[in-house]
Amino acid sequence: MINMNDIMETITMIQEENLDIRTITMGISLLDCCDSDIDRSCQKVYDKIYRCAKDLVKTGEEIEKKYGIPIVNKRISVTPIAMLAGASGGDPVKYAKALDKAAKEIGVNFIGGYSALVQKGFSPGDKALIESIPRALEETDFVCSSVNVGSTKTGINMDAVKLMGGVVKEAAARTKDRQCIGAAKLVVFCNAPEDNPFMAGAFHGPGEPDCVINVGVSGPGVVRSALSKMPAEADLTEIADKIKKTAFKITRVGQLVGSEASQRLGVPFGIIDLSLAPTPAVGDSVAHILEEIGLEQCGTHGTTAALAMLNDAVKKGGVMASSNVGGLSGAFIPVSEDAGMIHAARDGVLSIEKLEAMTAVCSVGLDMIIIPGETPEETISAIIADEAAIGMVNSKTTAVRVIPAVGLAEGQELDFGGLLGNGPVMKLNTKSPAKMINRGGRIPAPLQSLKN
Amino acid sequence: MKAVITVIGKDMVGILAKVSGTCADANANVVEVTQSILQDYFAMIMLIDIEHMTCGLEELKNKLEENVPSMEIHVMHEDIFNSMHRI
Repeated sequence: MINMNDIMETITMIQEENLDIRTITMGISLLDCCDSDIDRSCQKVYDKIYRCAKDLVKTGEEIEKKYGIPIVNKRISVTPIAMLAGASGGDPVKYAKALDKAAKEIGVNFIGGYSALVQKGFSPGDKALIESIPRALEETDFVCSSVNVGSTKTGINMDAVKLMGGVVKEAAARTKDRQCIGAAKLVVFCNAPEDNPFMAGAFHGPGEPDCVINVGVSGPGVVRSALSKMPAEADLTEIADKIKKTAFKITRVGQLVGSEASQRLGVPFGIIDLSLAPTPAVGDSVAHILEEIGLEQCGTHGTTAALAMLNDAVKKGGVMASSNVGGLSGAFIPVSEDAGMIHAARDGVLSIEKLEAMTAVCSVGLDMIIIPGETPEETISAIIADEAAIGMVNSKTTAVRVIPAVGLAEGQELDFGGLLGNGPVMKLNTKSPAKMINRGGRIPAPLQSLKN
Repeated sequence: MKAVITVIGKDMVGILAKVSGTCADANANVVEVTQSILQDYFAMIMLIDIEHMTCGLEELKNKLEENVPSMEIHVMHEDIFNSMHRI
């Protein structure tokens, strides 16, 4: 029989330590929906998404019941819409509305892929889409948008970086009566993965199959709880080992759920994204893991080292547990979605500069950071450029999702509610980077790109 | 195919009888039972064969919760434990 302790461990992880499958995301290629008439194209998009994903939510719920593990989100990612907008012309917001309608009809809570890949330059479709992002996010509820502005192979498209500063600000301004939610549904990437199941940055890359199931696992609470049972004299090698073993177990559940979902839906299984994705719930915080490792509060000196170890150990444990690992895979450090990060930011222990350093060793970037509403566009562009530079040079994904809180100044708080959480407006450097940003052009690809 | 039922809560007369009775009604064969009592605290793990079961796991859980109220009950397919704890 299965060991009694193992059974109790699994149940404790789920019941008390918030172990869950964070998302089952179905990636759907829309390349076969291209049409020179935008209305026909939108209809095809809606029809295909509905056809592929109509059973997604029901299947997710059945699996939840079979294994007794919550599957928090069921989501859809699609081909970057800029590609379709390029073929059809017309107002890209029509696509956003078609995506939103499909998401509502199917019952998923987010649909990602209102995206453009412009790391080296714009096509007309890319430009039209980027300019329409604030309006698309204002006029839809579930659509998420992302733009890839740089990569290790191509360098950074600084014209796109410049543009995105304004887009982020406008997205917040247009939704100012809804906690500036527009900006929370928009991610600016460098080295964006094409198979990421997590929102708001999920899209279905052009190199992906027609339809695929990707799974994102979570479980910061489980890791923290495992570490809290370690003796105080345990050294960091032992700590890393414990994280690895825990990540292995978490990922195995993801593998099980992913294969089952893929089999039931008759869709190939893509990847598991082994990320520690926090929520504002008590006991589901990445910051608290770092504090459990031995920091008085997240954000102090030593945070980057602790996070580097955590991120690496999660990957090492997860890789063996899954047949295919992909997406972002690592520890997320969103500020407003993590109880420990919110606390540290409120206390002034966690600064944006420290967060930037942390993004060099974690899986993503500056995430869910609330900045003053008065922040100039160029400053937002410069934040994006800094992050993209870290990603480009270190051959890793980095991203920026900042929310300019219209009408709020440093120290005041913005509350999104739900999984997006709440947090204080963080202090930014007020000296202007405008001259550099307005130069535009491209930052050439670094030497690291010349691997051939 | 097997599933694991866990029942946790305050000890009282007849828990095992009620749980196994509910399983019998659903045509689920009890394969193994482990139970322990620690200071009035009852914990039982039951392995059942669900190959010929007449209802789904969710339905079985609902019936168990109806028959043994005030206890914490989980019914989970064994695969989740096998994947997590065995390579």
